[in-house]
Amino acid sequence: MGGGDSAGRLVRPFALTGGRTRPSRADFTLITTVTAADPQPEAAPRPQPEHTRILRLCAEPVAVAELAARLDLPVSVVVILLCDLLEAGRITARPPHPVTRTTPDLDLLQKVRDGLGRL
Amino acid sequence: MVGSDTAARVPAGRPAPDTVKILIAGGFGVGKTTMVGSVSEIVPLRTEEPLTMAGLDVDDLDGIEEKRATTVAMDFGRITVSDDLVLYLFGTPGQQRFWFMWNDLALGALGAVVLVDVRRPESSFAAIDFFERRGIPFVIAVNGFHGEHPYPVEDVREALALPEGVPVLLCDARERESCRDVLIALIDRLIAAAAPAR
Repeated sequence: MGGGDSAGRLVRPFALTGGRTRPSRADFTLITTVTAADPQPEAAPRPQPEHTRILRLCAEPVAVAELAARLDLPVSVVVILLCDLLEAGRITARPPHPVTRTTPDLDLLQKVRDGLGRL
Repeated sequence: MVGSDTAARVPAGRPAPDTVKILIAGGFGVGKTTMVGSVSEIVPLRTEEPLTMAGLDVDDLDGIEEKRATTVAMDFGRITVSDDLVLYLFGTPGQQRFWFMWNDLALGALGAVVLVDVRRPESSFAAIDFFERRGIPFVIAVNGFHGEHPYPVEDVREALALPEGVPVLLCDARERESCRDVLIALIDRLIAAAAPAR
C-alpha cells in the first residue's frame, strides 16, 4: 500500500481523538442539542478527561457549538469526542428542527416570531 | 472565566429544546458580531476551527504545522424563543477565502440577514450572491454608522442591484430593538412565502 508515511502525518492533529477523523458527523450539527444520560450507563468504559468535561457541561441540554466554545476546542474535535460518548450511551443527541424550503413549517415560524416579539 | 460553565438555561430534567438558526452575514467589519451581541441572551461565544480540519481534502494536509496557525472564527448567540425552542444566530466568517465554511453553516438555516455598510456596500455583494444562488431567503439590513442613515432605502436597493421582493431595512446593529425588528422582518418574509396563496 505504501500509505504508512501519509497516515503518520494525519495522526498528529488528532491526538485528542485517538486518530479518528471520520466519525458519524452527520449526527452532530452546530445546533444539535446534547444531554448527558442520567443515570450514566454502568457498563460503559471509563471516560477520558475530555469526555468527562463534556459530560459535566451537558448535564443540562446544550448545543454542540456552545460546547465547543466553552471547551475552547474546534467543533470538529468536539464532534469526534461526542461520537464516542454517543456510542458509549453516555449522551443523547437531539437533531435541530428540519428546515425545508418546499414545505415551510408555519407553526414554527409563528413561534419564532412570537418569541422575538417578546424581546 | 470562573463560573462560565453554566451552558444551558433549561432546568435539569427538562427535555432538550428544538433548535433553529439564522445567519448574520455581510462583509468584514460590517457589524455582524455587534448585531449578534445586541439580541443574544448570552455574551456572543466564539468557536475557532483550524483550517486543516474544516473540510479540506486529505491531500491538503501537507505542511500541516504551518496551516494550523490559520483558524476560521465564528461568533454566535442564542435567543430562547419559548420553553422548547431556541434560536441561534451565527455570524458568518467575513473573509471570502473562508467561504467553504458557509455551505455547512447555511445548511438547515431558516434564512439570513445580510448586513450592509453604505460606505462600502460592495463588501456585502458576495454574501448577497451566496444566498441568492442557493435560494436561501434573506433580508438586507443597512447598519448605519453611528446609527445614521444618509441614503434612502431605494438608493441602497439600487446600489445593491437587489431583486424585487428582498426587504431592505435601516438598522443600528448596536440597538437591541432595531436588531429584533430586522429578525422579525426576516421571519415575516418567510411566513409570507409559506402562507398558501389565497
